[in-house]
Amino acid sequence: MPATAPPGVGHLRGDEPFPAAARRALGDAQLRRNLRHATTTIRGKSGAVIDEVPDWPELRAAARAIKTDTMARLPELLVQLEAAVTEAGGTVHWAADAVEANRIVTELVRVAGADRVMKVKSMATQEIGLNEALEAAGIEPVETDLAELIVQLGRDRPSHILVPAIHRNRAEIREIFLRAMPGVDPGLTDEPAALAAAARRHLRETFLSTRVAVSGANFAVAETGTLAVVESEGNGRMCLTLPETLITVMGIEKVLPTWRDLEVFLQLLPRASTGERMNPYTSMWTGVTPGDGPQAFHLVLLDNGRSAVLADEVGRQALHCIRCSACLNVCPVYERTGGHAYGSVYPGPIGAVLSPQLTGVADNASLPYASSLCGACYDACPVMIDIPSILVHLRAEAPHPRAEAAAMAAAAYTMDHPALYAAAQRAARLSRLAGPRGRGLPPPLSGWTAGRDLPEPPPQTFRQWWAER
Amino acid sequence: MRIALFVTCLADTLFPAAATATVRLLERLGHEVVFPEDQTCCGQMHVNIGYPDEALRLVRRHVRVFAPYDVVVAPSGSCVGSVRHQHATVARRAGDERLASRAEEVAARTYELSELLVDVLGVTDVGAYYPHRVTYHPTCHSLRVLRVGDRPLRLLREVRGLDLVELPQAEQCCGFGGTFALKNADTSMAMLADKMRNVLATRADVCTAGDASCLMHIGGGLSRLRTGVRTVHLAEILASTEAGARGVGRDVAGVAR
Repeated sequence: MPATAPPGVGHLRGDEPFPAAARRALGDAQLRRNLRHATTTIRGKSGAVIDEVPDWPELRAAARAIKTDTMARLPELLVQLEAAVTEAGGTVHWAADAVEANRIVTELVRVAGADRVMKVKSMATQEIGLNEALEAAGIEPVETDLAELIVQLGRDRPSHILVPAIHRNRAEIREIFLRAMPGVDPGLTDEPAALAAAARRHLRETFLSTRVAVSGANFAVAETGTLAVVESEGNGRMCLTLPETLITVMGIEKVLPTWRDLEVFLQLLPRASTGERMNPYTSMWTGVTPGDGPQAFHLVLLDNGRSAVLADEVGRQALHCIRCSACLNVCPVYERTGGHAYGSVYPGPIGAVLSPQLTGVADNASLPYASSLCGACYDACPVMIDIPSILVHLRAEAPHPRAEAAAMAAAAYTMDHPALYAAAQRAARLSRLAGPRGRGLPPPLSGWTAGRDLPEPPPQTFRQWWAER
Repeated sequence: MRIALFVTCLADTLFPAAATATVRLLERLGHEVVFPEDQTCCGQMHVNIGYPDEALRLVRRHVRVFAPYDVVVAPSGSCVGSVRHQHATVARRAGDERLASRAEEVAARTYELSELLVDVLGVTDVGAYYPHRVTYHPTCHSLRVLRVGDRPLRLLREVRGLDLVELPQAEQCCGFGGTFALKNADTSMAMLADKMRNVLATRADVCTAGDASCLMHIGGGLSRLRTGVRTVHLAEILASTEAGARGVGRDVAGVAR
């Protein structure tokens, strides 16, 4: 079995189980208002532009087919990608895990003689904790995506894949800027345009004076060695074009076989994620071009548990994810708890299946249960990942409390013996034992009676009624 | 038509009114209902909490009990969903290909109540009478696993005396989710609070659905709040008649107090 992501580095594990973290988030009324407003808005926008596309189901099916094919021959496609990138003047590095990837990037920045890097928004570098590793090596990472910048300046953690600062409203963002942005106008208002202008002034200096950039990748094309990043702000493009050295850290699952395959995903991604018909900036680069753009290009291919996911027949479809965050925006659990409760940089439904697979289920055992299995995520997923089925599959792999396992085994035995079952039914006068409306039940059943009455036990079961009629 | 009733363990034990209503309704429509008494539970709870090995014996039992019947009905979207989408998977996981294919055969003949009425029996007007203001909550498994669509609404629209009012944000999960309500009780309650707010906004007397489990959750919350709004299974509404309403005076609901 391939290795999972190592503990102690990166951001795939929380400090506490989901129910405990969720409880704290649920108590934060401002957070819940921010989340409800943001997810409702994105849902509405995305739903409207998806309705415009007559062949949306066919696009989803095509995406799933391409991803299934890609996963079936991932090793050969990665070797092909490596050859094409090298041919085009780039250098490819293979990183087995977060520790190795951080070491490779840090070394490359040192070789370039830089003590500061600018960053394109990237989930892979969040996953491995690259910023922390760079800071430990005396290198300053500057996030250039507006929302990532808000999170970085606020000494905060991202809580959404696409909108890392979704848990913040504009008043809170203004306070963060006033507190942490060097040289900010003290008269800054919380108008979105004013906030964006302040960030632009702050970042312009960075763009023009930083010689190394680090990016992730949305896609990589094996046949040409082309990397692609899609974004809304254009700050990513500044990072991809202005510096002398560009380092891209890419999860190995991001590869696509051919240039033509991009067509499908460039239609699906913006509509499913930001609710745009087309994303404003699509940047593609292939190796290096003398005299134009970065003159050194390094591609770090990151495993960090992905091979272990690939080895799981049911779970491997989680690697199809294109990080659009549509599942987060429709998830009733995410909407109420926010992203921090999941403890990983991958929150929401996809995080609940991806994080435990990357780390090994024992390290994230509460996440597969952080869902009511309502299935809204599956319907929303542009690449048709059957998240509910993976959740159920992972629950079977998760360590079980001993008392629960004993109870479930006893229940299965009883239910396989109809006479015993009927006797158990008659004995199940739970609410009678529990006092009025079941309020005297012990844990974990007390979780039910905290806010719900138990049903009155009927005078007779159905089978008794049937026998007597 | 001869129809086997898959009562579901929850309806059998705690909500027999949903099952007796299913029997009365189908018999009123002229069909024969049989109740295979060796049935117990489909094993959905075991599968969904992570005990597929323990569920295997329940899948085997379910398939054995219902294999002889041409048509099986259950007043539960989620249990039919389990039969249709989990049984074969559980069998294959255990390496029992023969059980898996038999499970698929049984699943293909198993219907949720509104599916049976509309698709198999070809009826939307079941001759029911129910003089109440009613709102319908489409449970997640009926909606997304079975895709029952507007079948329950088409049935409700034909009920005499019934004032059907639309539930805001109807497709949002109520927060039940089986043991989710216990393992993540706080989040479940937050979801339930929003569902109850939407139910109360309709000013309906009755909230109905095709799943006793979700109604147990919603009804338990509404009961605690002393709202007076009742939760009643779809089968009970469809089984109600003018004669019955004038009859013994028994509350056909019997779900929540």
